[in-house]
Amino acid sequence: MKITMAHGSGGKSSAQLMADIFGKHFKNQTLDKLEDAAIVQVTSGEYAIARIAVSTDSFVVTPLVFNGGDIGKLCVCGTVNDLLMMGAKPKYLTCGFILEEGLSIELLDKIVESMAHQAKEAGVIVVAGDTKVIEGNGGLFINTTGIGEIPKGRNISSANGVPGDVVICSGNLGDHHACILSHRMEISNDIRSDCAALNDVVDSLFAAGVDVHTMRDVTRGGLGTVLNEIADSSKCRIELEEDNIPINPEVKSFADILGLDPLYMGNEGKMIAFVPEEQAEKALEAMKATEHGKDSAIIGRVVDGEGTFIKTHLGATRRLDVLYGEGLPRIC
Amino acid sequence: MEAKDLINYLKNYDGRELKIMEVCGTHTAAIFKNGIRDLISPKIKLISGPGCPVCVTPTAYIDRCVKFARTPGCHLLTFGDMMKVPGTHGSLSENKAADESGARANISIMYSPFEVIERAKADPETLFGVAAVGFETTAPVYALVVQMAKQQGIGNIRLITALKTAIPALRWICENQNDIDGFLCPGHVSVITGSRIYDELAREYGRPFVVSGFEAEHILAAIYRIVRQIEAGEGKTENMYRNAVREEGNAKALEAIHAVYEEGPAMWRGLGIIEGSGLYLKEEYSSYDGGSHELYEDMELPAECCCGAVITGQINPDQCPMFRNGRCTPMDPFGPCMVSSEGSCGIWYRNAH
Repeated sequence: MKITMAHGSGGKSSAQLMADIFGKHFKNQTLDKLEDAAIVQVTSGEYAIARIAVSTDSFVVTPLVFNGGDIGKLCVCGTVNDLLMMGAKPKYLTCGFILEEGLSIELLDKIVESMAHQAKEAGVIVVAGDTKVIEGNGGLFINTTGIGEIPKGRNISSANGVPGDVVICSGNLGDHHACILSHRMEISNDIRSDCAALNDVVDSLFAAGVDVHTMRDVTRGGLGTVLNEIADSSKCRIELEEDNIPINPEVKSFADILGLDPLYMGNEGKMIAFVPEEQAEKALEAMKATEHGKDSAIIGRVVDGEGTFIKTHLGATRRLDVLYGEGLPRIC
Repeated sequence: MEAKDLINYLKNYDGRELKIMEVCGTHTAAIFKNGIRDLISPKIKLISGPGCPVCVTPTAYIDRCVKFARTPGCHLLTFGDMMKVPGTHGSLSENKAADESGARANISIMYSPFEVIERAKADPETLFGVAAVGFETTAPVYALVVQMAKQQGIGNIRLITALKTAIPALRWICENQNDIDGFLCPGHVSVITGSRIYDELAREYGRPFVVSGFEAEHILAAIYRIVRQIEAGEGKTENMYRNAVREEGNAKALEAIHAVYEEGPAMWRGLGIIEGSGLYLKEEYSSYDGGSHELYEDMELPAECCCGAVITGQINPDQCPMFRNGRCTPMDPFGPCMVSSEGSCGIWYRNAH
């Protein structure tokens, strides 16, 4: 067996690689939870004095600049969002740059400027970094590691979904994936990447006093994959209403033409939150009042059982499985 | 009629058991996505047909593409969904990854066949191959690519074709399988060919051929019309996708097909060789052919593999032993119908698993 592009899709192949190689060798209680960010304790003597969230992510997107963002903005948002999803307050970032020879220095300057701007907005500072140059064709890859503090009393985990929770999605799905594909296919349209740090959305939930059980950003593999992972971790069944899932009509048509499903397309500024049913309206209202959550919608609920299911527009029910392989445009 | 009236009628259908074949893989995907099987009477069986170009591609084709892409100085362009189709010596995806000696096949995923024109111009030292797989929907695009290359005097482009036409396959099914009561005809193919091409089959075999779009309501309306025709003892072509499909088809696209290709025998996985069902570059364009003829070899299928029976709709994918015992999955597909997003096995697996 060799590594193929499917191993990087965020779907079933990625999960298998994770389990078979990294999970096997690095096995420990913290990593095994497979959360968006790891939670570690800082201790003084025998007392735990703080809980810290740590997350790392590498960014390899092409093109480097796209409608709605660039790799610099993306690498800050991606890592910050992973910290936020654990209920942490993002504080510090480190970044490792791998630069291919031939990369325009002006472009690099622009991208780093964009990183700095986004970091400021997301309330993090870059405290360490590294640069390597390799042979190549002017490409750029960035790894970011983020550190955040978890305020006392917060306990967010993908294992915390319980029957009775409702699932809220913070906005339209598939925009980032559709934007990147449009660039690669040289199709001009108005689809913008949703690339954004979700501080405002997450803060709004805690400020409203919502007892959030689970949060996840809906990145690679899309909503279908992320919800299946939560259903697995939380040992519950998730039921969605197709008609309530927010999707930009332009993205839907674009996906239809290519044979892709927005429910499996990647996002860079969308999250889902699981909250108790009686707080759903309060949570929704809070999220909708934010810039990055204005299109939030209640898309489903948690019940006893297993798996993720979707009630279609015409009233039928089907299973929504994880993404298998890569989400590739089809032939016809 | 509104969707709820269609559902109401089809849900309460209580006549004889009917088998309706949706020819096109995109229809199969839409039927699952919308849960249409749940919305109609169990007496109306929807059967997936051979209408996914990836699924009917024989192993020999993949092998030829791999051979091309492994030749020094050659670079193969393909649509993404061909990447995982198994070949005798691995899929395109596996061959793209370097082997122990560091050698690798030179393969890129294309998003439009026209990419090859720019690439060939920018890099005249490399011979660019295009894995040209598809039905009438994609054949005109490849025809335009070849015409463009010829006009511009670009010599470093080759097409490895596995282009097929739908009517000979439908005729094969009508002749070899007389238990299909009606056909849900492919919307995309019909945009090119027109709805008229089904008339002869409808007359000859007395079955309804109804052209449908891809929204749930379109599909329900087409199934409804098939059922109503059967109840009335009719068998004719009906076009229920009028905003996209004309009776005479798309003249420009058909002109491109006729200008560039000639018909010949083609191998359909599961069906065998069907005369006149393949499209091959004509003599005047033969210098652009990267080896498309006589791709008849298919992998030796283990006794339990039911690809053929699945593609012809004799069984549902979940009745195949390899599907049931997990030996053929989207992660480790054995047959192409498990690979493609339009393949019936993959669709069943993802939705019913």
